[in-house]
Amino acid sequence: MGSGSSTPHHFVLQKAESAFKAAVLIQRWYRRYIARLEMRRRCTWSIFQSIEYAGQQDQVKLHDFFSYLVDHFTPSSHNERDFLSCMFTEKRLLKDPEMEKYCDYESIEVPDYYTGPHVSFPLLPDHATALVEAFKQKKQLHARYVVNILHEARNHLIQLPNINRISTCYSEEITVCGDLHGQLDDLIFIFYKNGLPSPERSYVFNGDFVDRGKGSIEILMILFAFMLVYPKEFHLNRGNHEDHIVNLRYGFTKEVMHKYKVHGKKILKMLQEVFCWLPLATLIDGKVLIIHGGISDKTNLELLEKLERHKIISTMKYTKKPEKEKLVEESRSSSPWFPLKSRSVPSSPLRLSPQKGSRSASIPCSFIPNRKEISKRVRKSVQLELEKCRQQVGVSEFKVQEELPLLPPESELDSCDLEGVNYEEWKQVADILWSDPMPQEGCKANTARGEGCYFGPNVTEQMLQRHNLQFLIRSHECKPEGYEFCHNRKVLTIFSASNYYEVGSNRGAYVKLGRDLIPHIVQYQANRATHTLTMRQRISRVEESALRALREKLFAHSSSLLGAFKSYDLDGTNFITLSDWSAAVESVLHLGLPWRVLRPQLVTHTTNNMLEYKSWLNDLAKEQLSHENIQSSLLEVLYRNRSNLETIFRIIDSDHSGLISFDEFRQIWKLFSSHMNIDISDESICDLARSIDFNKDGNIDINEFLEAFRLVEQSYLEDKDSELKTSETSDSSCSSQGIH
Amino acid sequence: MADDKDSGEMGLQEIQKKIKDAFEVFDHESNDTVDVREIGTIIRSLGCCPSEGELHDLIAEVEEEEPTGYIRLEKFLPMMVKVLLERRYRPIPEDLLLQAFEVLDAAKEGFLTKEELMKYMTEEGEPFTQEEMEEMLSAALDPETNTIQYRDYLAMMVIDEN
Repeated sequence: MGSGSSTPHHFVLQKAESAFKAAVLIQRWYRRYIARLEMRRRCTWSIFQSIEYAGQQDQVKLHDFFSYLVDHFTPSSHNERDFLSCMFTEKRLLKDPEMEKYCDYESIEVPDYYTGPHVSFPLLPDHATALVEAFKQKKQLHARYVVNILHEARNHLIQLPNINRISTCYSEEITVCGDLHGQLDDLIFIFYKNGLPSPERSYVFNGDFVDRGKGSIEILMILFAFMLVYPKEFHLNRGNHEDHIVNLRYGFTKEVMHKYKVHGKKILKMLQEVFCWLPLATLIDGKVLIIHGGISDKTNLELLEKLERHKIISTMKYTKKPEKEKLVEESRSSSPWFPLKSRSVPSSPLRLSPQKGSRSASIPCSFIPNRKEISKRVRKSVQLELEKCRQQVGVSEFKVQEELPLLPPESELDSCDLEGVNYEEWKQVADILWSDPMPQEGCKANTARGEGCYFGPNVTEQMLQRHNLQFLIRSHECKPEGYEFCHNRKVLTIFSASNYYEVGSNRGAYVKLGRDLIPHIVQYQANRATHTLTMRQRISRVEESALRALREKLFAHSSSLLGAFKSYDLDGTNFITLSDWSAAVESVLHLGLPWRVLRPQLVTHTTNNMLEYKSWLNDLAKEQLSHENIQSSLLEVLYRNRSNLETIFRIIDSDHSGLISFDEFRQIWKLFSSHMNIDISDESICDLARSIDFNKDGNIDINEFLEAFRLVEQSYLEDKDSELKTSETSDSSCSSQGIH
Repeated sequence: MADDKDSGEMGLQEIQKKIKDAFEVFDHESNDTVDVREIGTIIRSLGCCPSEGELHDLIAEVEEEEPTGYIRLEKFLPMMVKVLLERRYRPIPEDLLLQAFEVLDAAKEGFLTKEELMKYMTEEGEPFTQEEMEEMLSAALDPETNTIQYRDYLAMMVIDEN
């Protein structure tokens, strides 16, 4: 091969040959340009994915955090004790008279000035269509109708089996849609392009209807309405986001509370009872299996059909199996005292740790059971309470005893008793809802998500053979084209939320199946603006968004980064090489991103290929900081833990008032920081709390606190993106796009 | 991509890491292989500007004896290091590109019509695919005159690159 730059600097030969050479030159140059765009696009995608998964891992960590607290924390005061009990008992502990109240919609009055859609039962196709029209016009459905629809939906869902079996004999074609994630525009577009549901047009919606987008409740209302109108033709599968714990973090809870200030709580509680009744899978002609996430090598359809799906309220880990080492440790130190708030369950006499003197002791204890037993007992009490409520509603089959007999210590089995479902069954469902396919053979734990597995082509093949299936349809993962085949075209991923990460980031798609069961994919992108942009512009927009998110993350780790940089600058010159920068950044953030490829966009000022890292960090900070009176390190810490804090706040704010007291705020912070090994003084926290309390009434408005961060983001957005004017009004309390 | 000082050990290591990073972006199975169809993108994103013909030659160098459709990192890396150290397939200077457009602009009017550009790009040289043509036109075509004002187009693209 000769030297690459074979282009001579003058065109000597005949015109034809010069034209040829000129064309080659231009084409060569253009292809390189496109290749660089493609590289940027891939990197952008990696950024979004890695941040998204890091966020999901956070969620798991958060729950491990709660379990950890329950297992280890010794409350040192009255307040902390109550705080803990409040956290753990959660809102699932419905008191008897309240549960009836929640199903009651008749008492909710619809005022005369209400201009939204009205709904009456039995539901007719026209009602459902009217709902779609009304939501298109941005109307909001009244709480009474919401509760009514949820009530009817639950009644319907209860009758359904765990695995819906449908056939192409009855309707000509079946359309399967993937994740919608609150993006109402996409649903409306699907109905527009593919047609509304009807006896001739079956639909299957494969989970993840809610969270992240702003129209989650509207989507649910439409889906449930059509399900009630066309019960034989309209089917829903449960996704991992049909889960109130996940909703706390990813925006659905927030959306409901914002849109339904008076009845939101009721709606949320009802939703818990609806989500758990959603079927787990759909089977078409006994040949095509549709599940939200995927499978594992243990997935067993017979088991799945038999288990009691409604007992699995959440597939997020509640409690871990206690480890042997911790048990040993515990017996030496003082064990946690774990009270229960509910009155109707007899209190467990579990007060331990004799050093902490004056607690308002409920019942003196006569023995000291081990910690595992305590956890089990607590869980049983929670379970008991729940059962009683269910009994009230007429759902439970078990007669609940008034008194909780002292249980003998249980032997250490592998199976954890989670709300009356054994671990194996719970895992079957978790695998279905959380797993992802991988190219390699085998089956291993899904570390990115913290739940479910990665399953390989051999696992798919075994599953298909075992149950005589042709292929699987699943969702759960965003794909640039809205769909993707893998495992030799035996697994189809279908994702229906277009522009998921950012405007222009990806298409949405749905798949149609006729009698031949051959998949026909339809793609779309529910945003006209992107069609008119060039590829360069589309990629730039999405890329800028990704880079912004990445810079935010970098800022949030400023202290650790400084430490890492210093370790490469042993001579104290204040400079490091760009290569060292890449290594340092990866060692701190652990995002697995191609830093050397991204570097030109993150590091703009270098001297002789060396970076003055302190000023680089300062530049980062300048972009992110807004309030001068908040110390930058504290802000950095808060920023990093923003989503976690928000989730915790929402759990603490048990009456969903949007306010928490100073004390509660400080308690949260203390607990959180002690677990996460964050070193912030009490004083700084108090200062921070005071400065946030704008109206000086001793309460902190959660939304205003979080708003402080949004303002930083907003002003940045306003400065940089004047061309990206959206017509949406920024609503701070509503969940919006952005990395959660 | 900035020119690295490529003298000495440090330079070599940095080059290798850069190549590995770019390679990994397309290594979907995390097993140090990429689809052969993505090699062109990787090579170009590392700063090189080969023609299609030159690209095919490069690929032939690193393919397996029995082509599998995949290229392995261990074969790709040494080849790519050599390419970068020898500064092969350098990007085309702006003035040369301008000359190329001028050659195609037979009437010397300072612009090309849509049909002219399409004819050259899809019939001459190493022809564009339909998709490549459409994408180029979406940015290059001035919709009011239906022509490609190539001086302006180039100026815009050059800014964009940086």
